[in-house]
Amino acid sequence: MRIGLFGFLFTMWILILGGGGVLVMILGPLTISGYGDFDFLIASIIKAIIAIILVIIWILILSKLKNWIFKKEIKF
Amino acid sequence: MTELIIPSIVSCVVAFFTVYLTTPYLIKFLQKRNLAVPDMNKKDHVMVVRPGGPSIIAGIITSELVLYGFFQTNEILAIMITSFIAFVIGYVDDRKVMGGWFKPVALVIASTPIILLGAYTPHLAFPLFGTVQIPALYLGLVIFMIPITGNTINSIDVLNGVASGFMIIASFSLSVALFILQNYEIAIISLPLGFISLAFYKYHKIPSKIFPGDSGALTLGAMYGAIAIIGHVEIIAAVALLPAVINSFLFLSSMKRIVEHRQIKGKPVEHTDDFKLKATSDKTAPITLVRLILVGGPLSEKQVGYVIFKLAIFSGILAIITAFMMRITL
Repeated sequence: MRIGLFGFLFTMWILILGGGGVLVMILGPLTISGYGDFDFLIASIIKAIIAIILVIIWILILSKLKNWIFKKEIKF
Repeated sequence: MTELIIPSIVSCVVAFFTVYLTTPYLIKFLQKRNLAVPDMNKKDHVMVVRPGGPSIIAGIITSELVLYGFFQTNEILAIMITSFIAFVIGYVDDRKVMGGWFKPVALVIASTPIILLGAYTPHLAFPLFGTVQIPALYLGLVIFMIPITGNTINSIDVLNGVASGFMIIASFSLSVALFILQNYEIAIISLPLGFISLAFYKYHKIPSKIFPGDSGALTLGAMYGAIAIIGHVEIIAAVALLPAVINSFLFLSSMKRIVEHRQIKGKPVEHTDDFKLKATSDKTAPITLVRLILVGGPLSEKQVGYVIFKLAIFSGILAIITAFMMRITL
């Protein structure tokens, strides 16, 4: 179990690194034009929505991993 | 760099000794007022005084004031005010039992000094991949960071010495990361947090003479979160905090809502005849880090604490590796 916890911790770290890469690659180049003064606002809203979706996906992956890593031990 | 050595040494000495010297007086004061709670993990009916927040905030304010005497920066002010607001929120919760939503919502107020003093840079830096500009989104991150770090440290304050011991490891890892990133000024501003935690650990370690309470745990967590934002090391700070994050994640994913510990009926952990800690099979109880550690078999409170510290050291090493990776861009 304690080894499993270290593994879970390490997996979380890898997910943070990978998630960061996805965030930089998707959100980094994202710009909106053609809406005048609203360009910045629209781009910000889209970035916020994408970031929230990515965080939800991250939590779902983590939840699945938790069940997979600890499935033998968690009987409660 | 050399001009930072004296402020650094003075502030760390002030931070350590303020907490080290004021905590015994605080313990006596709290004992006189009978502000004590039972230590649930002790065989005999042991009462431990709380909260230790006042000595912790005294250490933060005095050490950061010393640093402010050397460098008059908004960053130091933001850390002091944020920590103080978190202390007040925690103190209210210590004295009067508030609902589960009180602390996360109220701690949003603690984020405002960072925003109002402009002590942040609105982009996120990731290891290997560089930075991403997210001005509006980053504002949201600042608002949520303090409630998250504050409550995360508070949620790990379950056994003697764990919250303060964990903070020693996490905050020194963060300071080392800031030095690696050559952000020397913020690294020095961050150092007192480790020394404050170290001094408090002397009285908090098993068998505890004082508990930090919400005021202590929220203050430590809020200062940590403020340093993460101001020092521009949000990802590294999150990595160093991972064992506590896992604890909050397991708790929330099993309870499916924000709820105060005292409102939960199911017990995640019980005691064996020789008063070791043992995981229960209660399906209504939350899954916590301590419960997972105990799935392998009963352990003493001290042994569980050491497992948490080993996890904290492991995540601290990952945080330092992350700091080195920040200097590489693919």
